[in-house]
Amino acid sequence: MGSKANSLSANAHLTTPTRLTGAEIVWATLVGEGVTDVFGYPGGAILPVYDALRKFPIHHVLVRHEQGASHMADGYARASGKVGVAIATSGPGATNLVTGIATAMLDSIPIVCITGNVSSRVLGTDAFQEVDITGITLPVTKHNFLINKTEDIAPAIRYAFQIAKSGRPGPVLVDITKDAQQATAIFDFAAAKPRAYRPHPMLRVEESGLAQAAELIRNAKRPVILAGHGITESGAMEQVRTLAERAQIPVALTLLGLGAFPASHALNMGMMGMHGEAWVNHAIQDADLLIACGMRFDDRVTGTTATYATKAKKIHIEVDPAEINKNIAVDVALVGDLREVLEELLPRISGRDGSAWLKTIDSSKGAVAVRDIKNLPDSGHLYAAHVVHDLWRITGGNAIVVTDVGQHQMWEAQYFHHEHPRTLITSGGLGTMGFALPAAIGAKFACPDKEVWVIAGDGGFQMTASELSTIAQEKIKINIAIINNGYLGMVRQWQEFFYESNYEATPLVSPDFVKLADAHGIAGRAVSTRADVVDAVNEARSSPGTFLLNFMVEKEDSVYPMIPAGSALHEMIRRPGKNPIVESSDDI
Amino acid sequence: MRAQLSGISGKAVMLHTFVAYVEDIPGVLTRVASLFRRLNININSLTVGRSERVGLSRLTLVCEASAEAGHRIRASLYKLENVVDVDDIAQAPSVTRELALIKVAATPQNRSYIFELVEVFRARIVDLAPESLMIEMTGVESKIEGLIQVLNESEDRVLEICRSGKMTMRRGHHTSRVLRAMGATAEEKPEAEAQLDEAEVGSVDIEPA
Repeated sequence: MGSKANSLSANAHLTTPTRLTGAEIVWATLVGEGVTDVFGYPGGAILPVYDALRKFPIHHVLVRHEQGASHMADGYARASGKVGVAIATSGPGATNLVTGIATAMLDSIPIVCITGNVSSRVLGTDAFQEVDITGITLPVTKHNFLINKTEDIAPAIRYAFQIAKSGRPGPVLVDITKDAQQATAIFDFAAAKPRAYRPHPMLRVEESGLAQAAELIRNAKRPVILAGHGITESGAMEQVRTLAERAQIPVALTLLGLGAFPASHALNMGMMGMHGEAWVNHAIQDADLLIACGMRFDDRVTGTTATYATKAKKIHIEVDPAEINKNIAVDVALVGDLREVLEELLPRISGRDGSAWLKTIDSSKGAVAVRDIKNLPDSGHLYAAHVVHDLWRITGGNAIVVTDVGQHQMWEAQYFHHEHPRTLITSGGLGTMGFALPAAIGAKFACPDKEVWVIAGDGGFQMTASELSTIAQEKIKINIAIINNGYLGMVRQWQEFFYESNYEATPLVSPDFVKLADAHGIAGRAVSTRADVVDAVNEARSSPGTFLLNFMVEKEDSVYPMIPAGSALHEMIRRPGKNPIVESSDDI
Repeated sequence: MRAQLSGISGKAVMLHTFVAYVEDIPGVLTRVASLFRRLNININSLTVGRSERVGLSRLTLVCEASAEAGHRIRASLYKLENVVDVDDIAQAPSVTRELALIKVAATPQNRSYIFELVEVFRARIVDLAPESLMIEMTGVESKIEGLIQVLNESEDRVLEICRSGKMTMRRGHHTSRVLRAMGATAEEKPEAEAQLDEAEVGSVDIEPA
């Protein structure tokens, strides 16, 4: 957002080899890679890079904490499909990035983090603000680089981009010593191109595997497609849809798969796993064939693996060979890019009558829908599920929703129905509280014309609430919905279910979030009755600037259904009674 | 060699041997070691040295893990950017050797027994000092352990043991698809794709593995 007058010559560097400082090479390479926005925080060891920024057509967003920078780069990448970029200085600046890097690693998000480090002559001497960030981030990056020669900067950054977005995407860190930033070298963008991409040597889609998969699909009586994040990353939405429609196979989605298959589609059963609806998990447990598309049988979707879908043959289509037979042993592994594999598989799939199985699943929904909170009349209580469901209705499902982690995240997954990929941005694998606000800022920079909503709990929001200042400084428009129940809600729920309601360290005193927003020049409003939800959401949407809604919801509400950790997928805690919510004395 | 071992979890584990070509640059060994730490797998032995290819080191890594873990370990090794080729030796015909240097306290008066022992084990004396001597021995693990056991049983005191860890090479003519694609370092005869992962038939087992 915004361009600079003195950046005219920047693109000339890309075609004509030119002598530049290392700092200039950093920006010139980023420009060459198509970067327009970066998220960062300056400091001593990265100052040469910041000094050179004015010469290049890149917008820098000043974050308030480097964790915000890595989350913003992550949100930017998730919303756009492009590589997000975060920048930080050495030492604490670099270590603050780590949570965001790990978040991106666990969810396979392509980001490139650039950190400054102390000069190479003092490297390894415990110099001021020196930390071994390549050592620290080794297990949470796809790869990282320590660069101490100016001429190595461009090749390393270009290589980092290739690694970040190829195969199974992920974060890459490039650590550059200060002296390498200050010295000069010939910048030759074309020559800095990385070696040809080397696909994982164990990718294997064999004729026999395709034939076997087609055969299994043809003969299956109770098949289920397990749709994961890989669909979005591979761009295989159409192919998965074609497979489902042609063979009439119902689709269950992982949390990160939401949006990759339209929620409104007749074959979409909904989310599977720990907080998936009962009929979805029962369908998986009863299935005779599972077709896993770009998902990794995470423990949150399988429950205990010993009893997982024991009647089902399993086909696993996955880009990462290390995921095959990791958690669940499969019968057919098609190891390759999901879209390419499905393109090869689809011609072998013919029409199939799936009506009996679909009818069985449909009847298993039974009375569940009646007990569902969203179908109950206004009882004077404000439930988070209502808020989320109303948000979905009012926005027409067209917004990008960025959630934090906890109960509200699961209610979002249950009650906000996503039709398109990249419209739900959430930390699934690492489960990082504090993710929502910065990731939403990143998403807004990636998609400035889209409506962006943060849905966060009162706990997680406070972890990165300082980024409200970033919003104020950048003058961007997002909408913030805090689901405020005065507890670390999901932890409280576990305490209620599994620790005899011993609410240790979960009651939470928070600031008045509307006043906090006001202190940042951000408008806000508290909402405590269901009747006010529509009006408040509309006020937020029509407000020209960022708007914060503080929803004061039921304090001891729980997410249902729930499969206790380590239980079988069909052993779930169902919504209690005819009345979905336990009416405790605290509720009145 | 122990084929079946029992891990901490009680689950049956076995010895896996991987031979990998990795880029000869700083930090690569950390990445390999870190992967095994992350997977909660103990490395039994690891040897690294130059290979026949410029810029590539060759390592032999032996670890204990469940029988099914081999595939995932190999796949995970390949995910490391600096790892070029990984061969899971598994049950393939191969030669494994280890080098040991053993220093034993011995005086000129009681050396002769050790000389005989060294002869029997086809080892060598590589250093002779007034109060000690050093034995160099190359062989399979069991042979080296046999010598150490006999030395420990005798009066002589074993002062130091230095073992290289295992080095493994497949028997016969064998080049992986990956290395083949990178180009040959020595002249190679064309071979059918299907045979690439197989040892050459008819190779002679000169010394038992």
